[in-house]
Amino acid sequence: MDFLTWGRSPWGEWVLTHVSWNLFWGSLFAGILFLVAHATYMFLSAHRKRAAAETDALEARFKNLPAEIPRHSLVARLFHWVMAASMFTLLFTAFLPIVGVRFAWVTWHWIAGLVLAASIVFHIIHASFWLDFWSIWVGPKDIPELKAEILRELGHDVPGPKPGKYPLGNRLYHLVIVIAGLAVVFTGLFMMVRVRTPFFVRNPYLFSDGTWGVTYVAHGLAGVGLVGLVIAHVYFAVRPDKWWITKSMILGWITRRQYLEHHEPSRWVVAGAEAAPTKPSQRV
Amino acid sequence: MAVIRDVMPVFELYQPATVDDAIRLLDQHGADGWVLAGGLDSMDWLKDRLRKPKAVIDLSQVTELRGIREANGGIEIGAMTPLAEVVRHPVVKEKFGLLMQAAELVASPQIRNQGTIGGNVSQDTRCWYYRGGWNCYRAGGNTCYADTPTAINREHAIFDADRCVAVSPSDTAPALVALDAQMVIRNRRGERVVNAEDYFLGPGIDIMHMTVLQHGDLLTAIRIPGTWAGSQFYFEKVRDRQVWDFPLVNIAASIKPNGGNIGDIRLVVGAVSATPKRLKAVESAVTGKPRNEDTATTAGNMAVEGAQTLRFNGYKVPLMRNLVKRAIRGSEGGTWTS
Repeated sequence: MDFLTWGRSPWGEWVLTHVSWNLFWGSLFAGILFLVAHATYMFLSAHRKRAAAETDALEARFKNLPAEIPRHSLVARLFHWVMAASMFTLLFTAFLPIVGVRFAWVTWHWIAGLVLAASIVFHIIHASFWLDFWSIWVGPKDIPELKAEILRELGHDVPGPKPGKYPLGNRLYHLVIVIAGLAVVFTGLFMMVRVRTPFFVRNPYLFSDGTWGVTYVAHGLAGVGLVGLVIAHVYFAVRPDKWWITKSMILGWITRRQYLEHHEPSRWVVAGAEAAPTKPSQRV
Repeated sequence: MAVIRDVMPVFELYQPATVDDAIRLLDQHGADGWVLAGGLDSMDWLKDRLRKPKAVIDLSQVTELRGIREANGGIEIGAMTPLAEVVRHPVVKEKFGLLMQAAELVASPQIRNQGTIGGNVSQDTRCWYYRGGWNCYRAGGNTCYADTPTAINREHAIFDADRCVAVSPSDTAPALVALDAQMVIRNRRGERVVNAEDYFLGPGIDIMHMTVLQHGDLLTAIRIPGTWAGSQFYFEKVRDRQVWDFPLVNIAASIKPNGGNIGDIRLVVGAVSATPKRLKAVESAVTGKPRNEDTATTAGNMAVEGAQTLRFNGYKVPLMRNLVKRAIRGSEGGTWTS
């Protein structure tokens, strides 16, 4: 099975041209396999959730918290759904022709690509100046949480930190999607120079054949990677136990109980949580 | 690039005697199979070693694919019918003179004796970068060598280019679209009928194929309904060499007069895009109008709206404009038949 396709340049050199579409099927299969494996594990395993009594106690302690905890601002939600729409358009226009659905896809593809690029630029600015920029990133400080989460997933009742605003899995996913998204957008913007658009003067000689090949391959790898990543994202979005997160991306808030059940108030400080007499993690 | 010319690669040659056998072979070999009709397009590919099929399915022995039959006021032409036979056939001459004219202007008498109508409509583009073995979009690569600042692109598209700027080289294709023909396609799963207008694919839809034919498909016949039988027809082909060449631009028109006006019309231009380009907006604009200079000028100007030229094919815009004008008002350059 080939993973990359090669061609001869006019000068007789072998240059990369594309990723093999076998990788698309591989990514699709991997995404579905993950979905099935995770769903099966979640069905059969005894992963640890915070006990109801424990959450009741927390609710009593954090009486000053509002009933609805704001989680995503309207602007952040709009960004998310615009980005989602553009991502789906990109994936469908890229891969439906591969599976045999024939239509004029290129124009829709680059328009969606521009929307995605613009939304990412907006998100970077918005997150840098109006949101808690570091709340979504992972680092060495998250190792204790990683250990605790793994043990909880394996059914152990362990103390340790709960997530801040974003669960660790969420932040890891964000990291991967940032890498794949930026790769696909960055290469895609250069590839627009190869097609007719109102924005660029067509110039296929901007790079050498070899550099173009690497650009196409990077775009393809990021693209097929996004197939699996998006499958995983949609899967988690529709899982009943994660529905409260998806709902917050629609409504913008979560309930006080969801906040206390799933988050560490000391790591995600919201108005009203200051009245806590002790850190809940010390009592878990 | 082709290193060895005139020495074909090794392949298994199959010569089925029936359509069923041919379809079975095509299905069996899938992407490794190659359909050989008249061979005029195929031999270039094979001798240049740019196509290396494992199996060549030669249709020359399938007699049921040959011949022209009258049916329901129209005709059905077997896909393997030689172009010369199409030109000579009395019913084609009498009722569908447009196709006769188009077929008569294909290449040379020798080629028309060998070339088939199915092959003529299904042939690959003649873009020389592509035919020369360059690794362009159409060949599976990621660039169009004909659409670069220094490319030699005199014959290439002025409409509907989408990364690839190759054009359809067929003379009979515009005529068949103008006659509202239907293409009969068979494969292992059965038969399907596709309008000629939908048979051809632009690069935006499928950059590696010129037609809807896929592996395992066989074009078995072309049906021309009686709708346009006996109408007034106009066909004109402009080429570099009058004795033998592909079109720079060609035009096919079917017109049903209504008094002194145009009652109904189909107007199709070839070699300006990857598919025969039907000028629906022009058809609507001239319907009901008299066939005079004013109508012709309006039609010509409308026809070239939106054209995007390359470095060396700007001449196609006035050429197409004038061909449309001549098709509407008639001229000595082309032939009106009715």
